[in-house]
Amino acid sequence: MSPGLYVALAVILFVIGAVGVLIRRNAMVIFMCIELMLNAVNLAFVAFARQHGQVDGQVVAFFVMVVAAAEVVVGLAILMAIFRARRSASVDEANLLKY
Amino acid sequence: MSAHLLAASTATATTTSVVFWVLAIVSVAAALGMILSPRAVHCAVLLAVVMLSLAVLYLTAGAPFLAAVQIIVYTGAVLMLFLFVIMIVGVSAADSLRETIRGQRLWAGLAAIALLVLLALVVGHAVIGPAAPALPRYGAANVSSIATLIFTRYFFPFEVTSALLITAALGAMVLAHRERTSPKQSQRDLSRLRVAGAHPTPLPGPGTYARHNAVDFPALLPDGTPAALSVSPVVSGRPGARDAVSEALQEAGELPAGAAQPGGPAEPDRPAQPGPHGNGQEGARP
Repeated sequence: MSPGLYVALAVILFVIGAVGVLIRRNAMVIFMCIELMLNAVNLAFVAFARQHGQVDGQVVAFFVMVVAAAEVVVGLAILMAIFRARRSASVDEANLLKY
Repeated sequence: MSAHLLAASTATATTTSVVFWVLAIVSVAAALGMILSPRAVHCAVLLAVVMLSLAVLYLTAGAPFLAAVQIIVYTGAVLMLFLFVIMIVGVSAADSLRETIRGQRLWAGLAAIALLVLLALVVGHAVIGPAAPALPRYGAANVSSIATLIFTRYFFPFEVTSALLITAALGAMVLAHRERTSPKQSQRDLSRLRVAGAHPTPLPGPGTYARHNAVDFPALLPDGTPAALSVSPVVSGRPGARDAVSEALQEAGELPAGAAQPGGPAEPDRPAQPGPHGNGQEGARP
């Protein structure tokens, strides 16, 4: 299997995740789309690691997973705090800093 | 385990390409469904499909360690965290797909096409060579190769991630912590509230028909009328909920076909009852 195909799949998944971040307004779904984008980047890292015959790319993908896990923990805690205050998970509702 | 991983990594090219194309289609379809489905729970389940497909793709691309980590960390931990928060925030809270900003979908679509074209040009312009041969570091020696790299060349970043994880855990605890502004209710207060409320006794249980034993079928009162309180509003308030009261009465021949029970438990727009006992709802009790 050519690594180029893996990279192409990663590009498609990344774009889908970006579209989800743009069009969805539920903060949790936006988080899931960000996770999708991170996963797509991981796939590209793994494909490039295979192409170069090294495992450095896999190590970087491993670090990306660690950072993503930390990001999800903090992000969901923020989401819980917002939901507790506003009774809604929609990003349209959190507009106190708008004006 | 290593025999299986080795077998996967040394699979024939045909098998690998079949697996790749099937999983590519599955993951792209699941990702599209994820950004299009209105309910957050469906999004989480479809994201699980994408992540599991990617785990198998890692296996075919010579990263068995990452495949295991993907399943354990992402599908196991991160998605379960998502599901917990969805359950807290409200599993029935569907995202309205109505546009609040004029032309948002259109511009988002245009931006997506532009991004896709840009990335396709970049990737198509780059020379991505063929895959390296199936070295041991892509199979049985994968874990030891990654461990060697992590504890030699990437030792400092690896130690920094521990600080990051501790900071994230502390941040989550601080953000999720809530100071109690009112004194905690004792058991005496709770029992007093219960006696003063509309229903001192526990609510009747559902599904006590002789013919049906489903949770969305209400219990019957002594005079034969269905007890609306016996069905949870979470069940009867769902969009696809059936009108179980009318169905049951029609089966019993007590109601002409087509007549709906006003205020029955299957009214789709019935407001959700707050509190454990649904105070203020008198129901069909005679």
